[in-house]
Amino acid sequence: MPRTPIALSERIEYLAILNEKGQLDAELEPDISGEMLLRLYRAMLVGRRFDERLLDLQRQGRIGTFPPIKGQEAAQLGAVAHLRPGDWMVPSFRETAAELWRGRTLESVIICNNGFSEGAVISPDHNDLPVSVPVGSQILHAVGLGWAARYRKKDDIVMTFFGDGATSEGDFHEGMNFGAVFQVPVVFVCQNNQWAISTPVARQTRSATIAQKAIAYGIPGIQVDGNDILAVWAAAKEATDRARAGGGPTLIECLTYRVMMHTTADDPKRYRTEAEVETWRGRDPLTRFQKYLLDKGVLSGHDQLELDTEVLQEIQRAVDNAEKQMQIMGNPLDMFNHVYAELPPYLAGQREELARELATGKEVPS
Amino acid sequence: MTNDVMQKLTYREAVREAIREAMKKDDRVFLMGEDVGRYGGCFAVSKGLLEDFGPTRIRDTPLSESGFVGAGIGAALGGMRPIVEVMTVNFSLLAADQIINNAAAYLHMSGGLFNVPIVIRMATGGGRQLAAQHSRSLEGWYAHIPGIKVLSPATVEDARGMLWTALEDPDPVLIFENAGLYNMEGMLPPDIGPVDIDKARIRREGKDISIISYSASLFKSLDAAEILAKEGIEAEVIDLRTLRPLDETTFLDSVARTHRALIVDEGWRSGSISAEISSRIMESAFYELDAPVERLCSAEVPLPYARHLEEAALPQVNKIAALVKKMVGTHG
Repeated sequence: MPRTPIALSERIEYLAILNEKGQLDAELEPDISGEMLLRLYRAMLVGRRFDERLLDLQRQGRIGTFPPIKGQEAAQLGAVAHLRPGDWMVPSFRETAAELWRGRTLESVIICNNGFSEGAVISPDHNDLPVSVPVGSQILHAVGLGWAARYRKKDDIVMTFFGDGATSEGDFHEGMNFGAVFQVPVVFVCQNNQWAISTPVARQTRSATIAQKAIAYGIPGIQVDGNDILAVWAAAKEATDRARAGGGPTLIECLTYRVMMHTTADDPKRYRTEAEVETWRGRDPLTRFQKYLLDKGVLSGHDQLELDTEVLQEIQRAVDNAEKQMQIMGNPLDMFNHVYAELPPYLAGQREELARELATGKEVPS
Repeated sequence: MTNDVMQKLTYREAVREAIREAMKKDDRVFLMGEDVGRYGGCFAVSKGLLEDFGPTRIRDTPLSESGFVGAGIGAALGGMRPIVEVMTVNFSLLAADQIINNAAAYLHMSGGLFNVPIVIRMATGGGRQLAAQHSRSLEGWYAHIPGIKVLSPATVEDARGMLWTALEDPDPVLIFENAGLYNMEGMLPPDIGPVDIDKARIRREGKDISIISYSASLFKSLDAAEILAKEGIEAEVIDLRTLRPLDETTFLDSVARTHRALIVDEGWRSGSISAEISSRIMESAFYELDAPVERLCSAEVPLPYARHLEEAALPQVNKIAALVKKMVGTHG
């Protein structure tokens, strides 16, 4: 018997609509309302300027370690914009722009990055999960949420984010496999930003793309230019429509770049060249979207300047508010609050012991 | 309650009836894991449930421990009340990140926003000639982790009654079922209800020594107490029932009466739950003691396969009795 090729049900496409110079492939241009385009632009701008401000605050010792998102705004916002409030957004830890889109406040991000659990809030009218630190583990939570939504006969869907490094984790495989077998309404969004701390994507996988891994799970997959918000939007629209209609999960690989460090505790100069970073700076998602909007007449030069000022003022107000709020946070006894729903007697005892030590502060060895 | 209205049930049937009752009471409850549906569970616990409740609520899953525990956490966050069956504690190690880093820490990491009301059941223990990688007793090790509750039902009544209480608990609960107990029979009233999951029980009263134990070792301790009684030694036998939170009041009060304590634990000695109990007795009942606290644990080796070697490695009735006699005879 001759060897015969096996026909696979899925094939992998690459999608780009707005190139790095901001030139549009008009045939592929998605139909997005002017209002939505402006909302997306503003959200990208807030994501960018806030990230820059957070870095300043970190360097000034006013917040702790945080993971910058710069350069990944389009890959987050083009996807998350398709969710309804009742849907679930399940982030990893580098999706601040997506979280803000979903109603998280700037203040809460600052408070959280100062280590106060009061900052771990999500918008009360959105169904999101907080950030997830163990890499890839949230993918399975998304699958469980999707299955629960199906069981309860709701048309809510779930979108989960993870990086290229997470695709090497067992939980990525288990989540994709589980999600595919049970046809859960989940959109898996990989932010392939090329680096997992110091490990390049070539060390994560031998596959030419991450998107093609979808074939092995029997679900649709697509690779998009993640710095092109129109391409991300178009791919995510297909995927969210499919999930909502009962068509199961999709894997979207957004090709993007972590322009900054992994976290503020990292120095990327130790493992990658400045030339590489410069190349990617030339593919910036914000400037190309700006050019598109100016060309399209949705945004004027005047609007742009006004918006710049407005966004900076909004961020300044948030910093002021957060720093004021944090003055009354940080009671050490609060650490016992969220171990169990009710404080068990042995923890109440440990809490009392700490309270006594704090009351006689000077006797506690430093 | 008279015997004619009592029902004879095995431990296995008790767990099954507990699952059945929970499924009937609350449509948010579902069971998932490897082979729980068509096969009826590797230990036949869920036999017949697929026929009664269908494949949506009795879900066979891919062979993927982190997968079904993680998806269970997600379902719990989405308002369900999952019962996740991990075939045995040995395989739970593949889901340890989901159990320890996620389920146990979620309330903390979310600043109090999200409880994870998941129940994870698993078989544990040795003594069935399944060799080292299928015979571990790691429940004491899970009891180290804040944020979860660790139950260890020994009796048929607890096997029947602990599950519903665990499902009503807003926090993640792990239930360890010693596989050697599944065939054990017990008598239960037909209207048996849920039981508490935070108090130890004195299963036999005595004045000479407190034997503190749980799960399968409880019955070895009770058998030893029976032998000792014939020799005039009255051993009190305590069933811990729950390893986290640990009900220390029950065993400390007992030690205050008997002045001697032996801990029988199928886990390994170093860094074990027996070490924790011993330490608490030292901290809170040191001046009540007439003899040093003793521990009888498994030999600190991967559990052997051959029957006589495995028996030699595990705590046994004769060893318990001999150790008690030494403790009672040589001090005070």
